[in-house]
Amino acid sequence: MVLSILSGQRWFGYLRWWLVFAGCLLPLGWMIWSAVNNRLGADPAQELVLLLGLWAMRFLWMTLAVTPLRQLLGWGWLQRFRRMLGLYALFYALLHLLAFLTFILGWRADLILVELSKRYYIVAGLAALILLIPLGITSTQGFQRRLKKNWIRLHRLSYLAAVLVLVHYLMQIRASYAEHLFYGMLLLLLLGYRVVKWQKKKNSKISATNG
Amino acid sequence: MMLINKPPDIKSSEITPESVYRQRRLFMKSVAAGVAMLASPSLLAIPNYPKPGDRHYPGPEWLQQMIRQGSNERVFATDEPMTPYVDVTGHNNFYEFGIGKRDPLEHAQEFRTDPWKVEISGEVSKPGQYTLEDILKPHTLEERIYRLRCVEAWSMVIPWIGFPLGDLLKRFEPTGNAHYVEFVTLHDPEQMPGQRSSFSTIRWPYVEGLRMDEAMHPLTIMAVGVYGDALPPQNGAPLRLVVPWKYGFKSIKSIVAIRFHEQMPDTSWNLAAPNEYGFYANVNPQVNHPRWSQATERRLPSPFFNPNRIDTQLFNGYAEEVASLYQGMDLRQWF
Repeated sequence: MVLSILSGQRWFGYLRWWLVFAGCLLPLGWMIWSAVNNRLGADPAQELVLLLGLWAMRFLWMTLAVTPLRQLLGWGWLQRFRRMLGLYALFYALLHLLAFLTFILGWRADLILVELSKRYYIVAGLAALILLIPLGITSTQGFQRRLKKNWIRLHRLSYLAAVLVLVHYLMQIRASYAEHLFYGMLLLLLLGYRVVKWQKKKNSKISATNG
Repeated sequence: MMLINKPPDIKSSEITPESVYRQRRLFMKSVAAGVAMLASPSLLAIPNYPKPGDRHYPGPEWLQQMIRQGSNERVFATDEPMTPYVDVTGHNNFYEFGIGKRDPLEHAQEFRTDPWKVEISGEVSKPGQYTLEDILKPHTLEERIYRLRCVEAWSMVIPWIGFPLGDLLKRFEPTGNAHYVEFVTLHDPEQMPGQRSSFSTIRWPYVEGLRMDEAMHPLTIMAVGVYGDALPPQNGAPLRLVVPWKYGFKSIKSIVAIRFHEQMPDTSWNLAAPNEYGFYANVNPQVNHPRWSQATERRLPSPFFNPNRIDTQLFNGYAEEVASLYQGMDLRQWF
């Protein structure tokens, strides 16, 4: 009750927007704090790269969760954060790549060439990142208006990017796959929801024409 | 007097590495200089390195005593800077205690390593259950400063305390059929949370193996300590293998059984991913892991803006000592 009254207020909308915006920077802030205070262990570079990648994946999954949550739970307000979450996914993914190139490969051209071409899990991750870049650029309302229906079509590439991210992640399984299974199941739900919706829509169209 | 572990079938001139030779020179120089301290045993004792207050693993009293009576002749020592103690004891792959690098430090502290028993079986005349005290009693502990190269392309330099594995194996009198040695880590899901996970790709207990000549090689040691102290649980207490020319996963931790076989035994990582991890697992910059390059490694600790990336050496820099073991073998096929 209180929430519904509050959510009608303009200042509450601003506050919520800024809270979410700042909240999404918390993981990065925590990583920087840990790095500066030597809390990342003997191999801080590797740890940082892993954390940035993990958060990039989490933000991408959250972005994909907006539509199902809005439709299933009626959380209309979530829609306003979809672009922000998607841009954060891109932001963390770019930092992930930048940290890998700087802290792990030390910008050694010979290593970069081999890693980015021959290591298939890295190629998959890079492909996902490259797909996300045009989505980030066209995420503005201006592009949304200009591209109209094509905007939705274009932004369906995020499904492909998510699958590539999962491949990138699954290909690194070594001693345990508990977390990989968890994120894999989540993506299965997120994409499965869309498949089911699409099937239903197709069926109802058919029945409508038959009727 | 330096070559206390000379194997009978190799000439000493063939196995003395240059660094040992140089150190011997250095030692003789100090004798020539008439250093009075020579008379005191402390010159050859294993140093007790200073450690941060919250990380100290003295181990049982009797082991402490053995370490203090150990020798520091620095056989096969590398003069590269040692990896700090906090990193050696805080960055471990010991999946029995979790898959994170800090998990072993966090989850292994209650691990009971005393009393400890080791089962000896297979192709030997003296099989049986031996206590850790029985295992160690006849041996003089010594410090060995070795490079450790993880298959994940990071490396450390670690001052182990141990004794040649070959000296131990000989005591059990292997038969003529003993061509391989298998080692088994403790299986105790109650103490080892990693063994309770349903999502592990490794079948427990962890098993490793060596060819007999690899096991008898003077570089191969059984370690019971590190940095002048007993082994911390996260480093494989109370008894672990150290094979410095192979990837770290060969150096099996917390050993409860040693079995002598005629046939090559199964090894854990080879079972989990046979195309990625071979039985031999010799450090080799020419043979890449299918998912990453082995040509270089990051020497830990690896600071942010200096990844400390160095070229990986064939047999982890111990080629002079061990290359002859693999003469005529295709190291790509037998990776």
